[in-house]
Amino acid sequence: MSGAVDPTLPLPARRRNPRRRATRHGVVALALLGAVLLAAPLLPEGALSIDRAARALPPDPAHPIGTDMLGRDIAARTLAALAKSVQVGLLAAGASTLVAVVLGLAATFGRAADHVVGVLTELALGLPHFVLLIMIAFAMGGGTTGVVVAVALTHWPRLSRIMRHEAQGIATSDYVAISRALGRSRLWVARHHLAPHLVPQIIAGFIVIFPHAILHEAGLSFIGLGIEPHLPSIGVMMSESLREIMAGHWWVAAAPGLGLMLIALAFERFGEALRQLSGPPGATT
Amino acid sequence: MLTARDLSLAYGDRQILNGIDLDIAEGEVIGLGGPSSTGKTTLGRVLAGQLLPDHGEVLLEGTKVGPAATGHPARAQYAPQSSELAVDPRWPVRKVLANGMAPDPEVLAALGILDVWADRLPMQLSGGELARVSLARLFHPHLRLLICDEITSQLDAIEQDLLLRALVGLTGRRRIAVLLISHNSVLRSRFCRSSLALDRQDDR
Repeated sequence: MSGAVDPTLPLPARRRNPRRRATRHGVVALALLGAVLLAAPLLPEGALSIDRAARALPPDPAHPIGTDMLGRDIAARTLAALAKSVQVGLLAAGASTLVAVVLGLAATFGRAADHVVGVLTELALGLPHFVLLIMIAFAMGGGTTGVVVAVALTHWPRLSRIMRHEAQGIATSDYVAISRALGRSRLWVARHHLAPHLVPQIIAGFIVIFPHAILHEAGLSFIGLGIEPHLPSIGVMMSESLREIMAGHWWVAAAPGLGLMLIALAFERFGEALRQLSGPPGATT
Repeated sequence: MLTARDLSLAYGDRQILNGIDLDIAEGEVIGLGGPSSTGKTTLGRVLAGQLLPDHGEVLLEGTKVGPAATGHPARAQYAPQSSELAVDPRWPVRKVLANGMAPDPEVLAALGILDVWADRLPMQLSGGELARVSLARLFHPHLRLLICDEITSQLDAIEQDLLLRALVGLTGRRRIAVLLISHNSVLRSRFCRSSLALDRQDDR
């Protein structure tokens, strides 16, 4: 084949370039996200409806991933569910990032504020993650709002700690002292020293939180505290598939499970690559 | 020109400075030595107005020094020990030099700063080059006193000598006083008209 890869290409060296790695993971993750979000609204009318004539069909040309016991097409349903999960995940991860940034920066405003944020962070980290998530979702009465609030209130501590640490490190650095001595205002310092350093960390933090958000959203929906059961969602599909797996209908569980895993994994790797990249240039983290 | 009277400062219950008096005349190069943890850096920061003393005052040309006001670079500038930590690692050299105001070509030439460094990041310069950049940005038209805290301690002897020669030449022409903080008494005796040393304040 003429398109064969030249074996002398220095592949390992290219893999070690963190910027390239982040770009590659980013393209994959964003392409997946874009495909899901763009394709879901294009589903034909009635693609999600019940069809008594086509119950529990294995994969065939008309239904590429088969149908469930109510005769709903699994491919269409998985796509719609992924789109819903991704939207909820983006919202929840965004809200969580916002909480992390606000709390992390608030900690730089004085010793008392720092103490309060520190205690809050320790408290949130000390409680079992999923238990807290269930409690908040339950207290909010379940539903999409419950999921978003629960994820937003449980995923901030890691990023908030990074924010707090970085902001304090910069605020007390020699170069900020020099900028101040050269007559630069606090606002100028925030814009020119703090923001360029923190914005990449915030973006990386958001991307790292996102897969956790969609996995936990699926977890909550699975136990019935998440997205309303009449809406297609990965968690609801997985819990419905429990009965069908025993009847040998593996495709009902495989499609949503693999779809969720693929998206979560793509963003997890993208987030990790970005996190490594967001240190100052030349830093070996 | 600079007069410090009866400066005292404590961190918690550790007395760092205790009743320090100091006079520096215009354009004078004064050395400051003494063993570690005797308050050399603290004194430097107090004289630059970055730290407020518990007691006593620092007068520069008759007015009290304090934190710089927005838009008015402080007349006394403090150059910290490690230039790697004293420049924002994300800023290109061009931005570091223009931190206070547009860089002065005479300063750049005197300190041997090359145009080709402009687009490099601090990590892409050598220690000596970065030390020059770090110093150059502190020069502004109203600079009266430059406090250099061990700025050459990470450089080899030749580079030390070149940098301090360039610096002292420049400050001499501009009548800027220099307080040279250094452990190295040979270095101080070569560049400073007089030298003072701090003693330990506590014997714990």
